[in-house]
Amino acid sequence: MKLYNGGKIITGLVIFLGIFLTPLAYNAGKAAYTQPKLKMPENEKQCVESKEFMRTQHMQLLNEWRDFALRDGKRVYVNSKGKEFEMSLQKTCMKCHTNKAEFCDKCHNDAAVTPYCWDCHIQPEGLKK
Amino acid sequence: MNHTRRNFLKFAGLTAAGLCVASAGSIMAAGAGATEKVSEKALKAKRWAMVIDTKKVGTKEAIDVLAKACHAAHNVPDIPGKQNVKWLWADGFEQAFDQPNNFMDESLEKRQFALLCNHCTNASCVRVCPTQATYKRPDGIVAMDYHRCIGCRYCMAACPFGARSFNFMEPRLHLDLTKLNKEFPTRMRGVVEKCNFCVELLAQGKQPACVEASAGALVFGDLSDPASEVRKVLREHYTIRRKPALGTEPSVYYII
Ligand code: SF4
Ligand code: SF4
Repeated sequence: MKLYNGGKIITGLVIFLGIFLTPLAYNAGKAAYTQPKLKMPENEKQCVESKEFMRTQHMQLLNEWRDFALRDGKRVYVNSKGKEFEMSLQKTCMKCHTNKAEFCDKCHNDAAVTPYCWDCHIQPEGLKK
Repeated sequence: MNHTRRNFLKFAGLTAAGLCVASAGSIMAAGAGATEKVSEKALKAKRWAMVIDTKKVGTKEAIDVLAKACHAAHNVPDIPGKQNVKWLWADGFEQAFDQPNNFMDESLEKRQFALLCNHCTNASCVRVCPTQATYKRPDGIVAMDYHRCIGCRYCMAACPFGARSFNFMEPRLHLDLTKLNKEFPTRMRGVVEKCNFCVELLAQGKQPACVEASAGALVFGDLSDPASEVRKVLREHYTIRRKPALGTEPSVYYII
């Protein structure tokens, strides 16, 4: 079998792979990703639902809370253990998680997501000009 | 297995069905066994309505007290000029009722009227909103979900009462950030806003902020209940509504 223009193709492939693998080279030797340390509420041990559930599904839960509260006028959430909470970001979530920078932002920054909650909702630290 | 087209299609169909079921499962976010309900404290009605005694609150100053209470409760900014945002405001008879009268009695001519969203039964704003950001609740309140508002301003064109304001700029630039009500959000640039009949206070068993601040000049209650306070006041006084000929059926009544 003969490879036409073999030199160019091989060189091209080498350059491509080189560029493609730069992120690996760049991060080589750096510490592996660790989950950020969050500032947990002091007076409360248990969130609305389990830690694992909140970690993966809080965004869907908040979406549902919004629709229940605004559309259906149902503002009380009874969790799987029978405990009741008012469905409100500012009046429930933020009463325990009193620091957006030390809680919300940590994971959101690491995950490179910028949820627009705070364009309207007031963060617990208050707003500064 | 025989690799026929028929078998391939069967397999592809099964896979697609499986994916549908799997993703449907993950849509159910609320924790297993969780439920939602209306708070026991909440005030309930079939059709909320308001009666405003314009003999008692008939001046700009008196109405400003109501507007302040409302705007403080809902973090409504005060922007100088034409781009102001207002949920409750004062205006004269002609602007309010669209029935100019060239020989009107003096007291009515000078009187100011507290104006706000009428929470119309046939709300034209609800009909035109393309995203259902503005919607009618079963208790008659015309509510807004600011998350969904795309700022098209159709509702502002449709509302015959000028009850809606557009956020031409970032409202937080015109709010006193030290005096915000931390129980209520602000809005962002590019959405429309208006009076919500204090739906968040009703859910806590409280009366609307302007009613609380009015020292009895505003009455709020269930229009469908003949024994309610609003019905009693309506029985005892002559009242009019804004622009009834348009057929939107306002829920705000004015004692003249
Ligand atoms: S007053 Fe205007 S904004 Fe309010 S419900 Fe009626 S049409 Fe809609
Ligand atoms: S401006 Fe917002 S609320 Fe008004 S019609 Fe458009 S989407 Fe609906």
